[in-house]
Amino acid sequence: MSMKIGAPREVHPDETRVAVTPDTAEQLHKLGFSVAIEAGAGEKAHFSDDAYREAGVEIVENVKDLWARSDILLKVNAPETHPHEALDEIELLREGGTLISFIWPAQNPELMKRLAARKATVLAMDSVPRISRAQKVDALSSMANVAGYRAVVEAANYFGRFFTGQVTAAGKVPPAKVLVIGAGVAGLAAIGAAGSMGAVVRAFDTRPEVKEQVESMGAEFLMLDFEEEGSGEGGYAKVMSKEFIKAEMALFARQAMEVDIIITTALIPGKPAPKLITEAMVESMQEGSIIVDLAARQGGNCALCEPGEVVERHGVTIVGELELPTRLPTQSSQLYGTNLRHLLTDLTPNKDGRIDVDMEDEVIRGTTVIKEGTITWPPPSPKLQATPPPAEASATETPLSPAVPEATTGKSKGLATAAMMGVGLLALLGLGSVAPADFLAHFTVFVLACFVGYMVIWNVTPALHTPLMSVTNAISGIIVIGALLQISSPSGLVMGLAAISILIATINVFGGFYVTQRMLHMFRK
Amino acid sequence: MTEGILTTAYIAASILFILALGGLSHPETARRGNLYGIIGMAIALVATIGGAQVTSYVTLAGCMAVGAVIGIFVASRVQMTQMPELVAILHSFVGLAAVLVGFASYLDPEIHFEGVEKTIHEIEIYLGVLIGAVTFTGSVIAFGKLSARISSKPLALPARHWLNLGLGLVCLGLGFVFVGAEDTGSGLIPLLIMTLIAFVFGVHMVMAIGGADMPVVISMLNSYSGWAAAATGFMLSNDLLIVTGALVGSSGAILSYIMCRAMNRKFLAVIAGGFGTAGGTATAGSHQGEVVAISAEETAALLKDARNVIIVPGYGMAVAQAQHVINEITHKLHDHGVEVRFAIHPVAGRMPGHMNVLLAEAKIPYDIVMEMDEINDDFPDTDTVLVIGANDIVNPSAQTDPDSPIAGMPVLEVWKAKTVVVMKRSMATGYAGVQNPLFFEANTRMLFGDARASVDAILAGI
Repeated sequence: MSMKIGAPREVHPDETRVAVTPDTAEQLHKLGFSVAIEAGAGEKAHFSDDAYREAGVEIVENVKDLWARSDILLKVNAPETHPHEALDEIELLREGGTLISFIWPAQNPELMKRLAARKATVLAMDSVPRISRAQKVDALSSMANVAGYRAVVEAANYFGRFFTGQVTAAGKVPPAKVLVIGAGVAGLAAIGAAGSMGAVVRAFDTRPEVKEQVESMGAEFLMLDFEEEGSGEGGYAKVMSKEFIKAEMALFARQAMEVDIIITTALIPGKPAPKLITEAMVESMQEGSIIVDLAARQGGNCALCEPGEVVERHGVTIVGELELPTRLPTQSSQLYGTNLRHLLTDLTPNKDGRIDVDMEDEVIRGTTVIKEGTITWPPPSPKLQATPPPAEASATETPLSPAVPEATTGKSKGLATAAMMGVGLLALLGLGSVAPADFLAHFTVFVLACFVGYMVIWNVTPALHTPLMSVTNAISGIIVIGALLQISSPSGLVMGLAAISILIATINVFGGFYVTQRMLHMFRK
Repeated sequence: MTEGILTTAYIAASILFILALGGLSHPETARRGNLYGIIGMAIALVATIGGAQVTSYVTLAGCMAVGAVIGIFVASRVQMTQMPELVAILHSFVGLAAVLVGFASYLDPEIHFEGVEKTIHEIEIYLGVLIGAVTFTGSVIAFGKLSARISSKPLALPARHWLNLGLGLVCLGLGFVFVGAEDTGSGLIPLLIMTLIAFVFGVHMVMAIGGADMPVVISMLNSYSGWAAAATGFMLSNDLLIVTGALVGSSGAILSYIMCRAMNRKFLAVIAGGFGTAGGTATAGSHQGEVVAISAEETAALLKDARNVIIVPGYGMAVAQAQHVINEITHKLHDHGVEVRFAIHPVAGRMPGHMNVLLAEAKIPYDIVMEMDEINDDFPDTDTVLVIGANDIVNPSAQTDPDSPIAGMPVLEVWKAKTVVVMKRSMATGYAGVQNPLFFEANTRMLFGDARASVDAILAGI
């Protein structure tokens, strides 16, 4: 029997997203599940109940009904108690049911205990391991992508000028300068969005290996004159040394005086957000500048950030919105829903509408935080690291050792060539001492022709190698001359052989030249 | 016509042939080059036929007329995808002609040499017939494999290297018997046996070589056909034949070298055959992972939204005859302001330059068709790469996995682009039997299905 999937309306204040969209519902059907949603669940994300009905989704009016009959609950936020609507989502979860949503197990130990008591199986979308295979399930990345884009839109909303530089009849407009701190998914999305609006974008990250990615998005990567590897486990950043932070702060102080917009995305897992933009830096910024702090939930990267608020300090607007993805509900829901769909695809290897929580699978193991009432979080550390930092260090050392054998092989190669030439010369001398002069004259012609061929053929462009072969086919039909010289022989046998040779060699001559001509006519600019 | 005029005509023909090959350095000059070649051939033929030695004009004219008609008929009908087959069969003709001319020269009662000259002449005949015979059957088998009349799988006989060595030694022994023979009659037997052995050798050599090594085989046979002509030239003391044979021979040798370098393989290893049977299975399967599939419509959208696109064609494109649709896609994308270029690996297809000819046939301008070395640095700045029917030439394990059978082979670094769409029939491994980690890269999307149907759907979607 296939399982029922249910998606209730999110009760969290200000939440606009929904865990199932009409699109993803159709895909879930293909996996063999039946899907139901609470009436109006997709309203804020602009998915009407009718659109869901068209996708074959059942609309359930009573939310308690929905929770009671669903085998798998898909949600955005962790289940919560909602005093106004007299709802306790954890109590509604069926005993032994499966829940997939954001959970944040580290921050919510109480929730974890209550869910475990319900004998539930819980998969946390925030605990998806950071390995490349799991990217399609990685909801944090897809939400960060939305947040990065939205951060630029927020900044543009409060910013009093154009992003792009223009020369108009009314005068010249300089482009806006944007500094993005932290080049993770959100940072890169912000760089892309700001760059495509025409701003001059700079970016900074403690992990030097992201330089290439930053530059590929068209931004300038700011470098410190300081050597320290900033990559921690799983591709996240780690806490840096005091000296590093000092150099970094000096860089930000310089940049703050120059740029118009700062977007900060610096997070260290399990730690409060590092304070990177001090009050003095805010003060040094020009009137009308904008700071968008994507780390607001973890306390903010800017010292003056008020989480959840938009404030103006020293003439600088500081945006501390907590959940920027909710500002783009349709897009966020679509991406999150697709992440869920990919996870369910992995969970349903037989496409029979029954999930199999396979703890051998690295992605599923990492994501599952409670298995049938047993807390399985935190998972063992991932087998693979996104970036192997020591490789670079060893790479710089290795070239030293093979250099020595290289030199000797080079030398022995030279010796071999010399030996070959010697042997060749001796063979020539041997030949010259016995062969008649007539033969040697032909031999000279032969050797010279080989060299001419060698020189000429290296100049042939690789694109014309096929015509080269067909034209050499044609001219090697010159062997017809040999047959022509024999055909007038008095011996009938010789004449017959020569006649056949003429016939086939002529095919070569005409066919070769003709097909070459045909091909060369095709090569056009 | 005097001997002097004949020699002058031959010199002119030699120069024109060199100019013909030299012209191929650029598509602009290539057409003129081909004309030079035709003029050179005409001069050589007229001068030879006008010479004192030739008297049987009727037979000659008849043979040449039939040959010309067949040649032009075949050349005007051949599909560009079948070019490797045509080239292979034309090689075999040169080989066969060399064998026949060699026999005729040996049997010709008018030719008499004494002492060392006789020995040298006989060695020349022997060598000419040997090379010609190997070229003949080798090319016939290559033709069969390319036209799928013979399975393109390498045939690995047990102890095949010993077999080859044995055949070679027998040929050498027969050579001594042949040169030592008193009269024409007793020398004919070892010559005939050797010819048969050389035929077998040619068959065996090419049977042992697999489909994707065909570029090397074709160039090698090209080279052989040249050496066969040169050997004939020695035998007949004809400098024009020697020069032309040497030109063709070195051309084929250089092409073989370029092809081997493009596969990072030793020439002897290719000729020894049986590639992909050893070592490949060990690494296959070690790169397991998840592939992300994509639909033709999504691919179309991806291409349309890109700023620049590089298309990497392989033999699969030729098989699917997809080049014309690709041209339409290129035009449509160009109209959308997308920069489209093509990246050609030296061994893509079944003969050197095969892909270029197919793209040219589809009227794709040659200045957007790039060689590997020209374009490999541009992949990091490329939005979308479309790989059509290619596998081993875009395999990153050639660079990353020293144990891979294709380790060290230069490859197109498509994985550095933002998105790579690989069109493929299924998840089967490539010719080399090596799993391709490219398919599991995070920025790779797989477009499964028949290449022809897929490109049609992409075209409809743009």
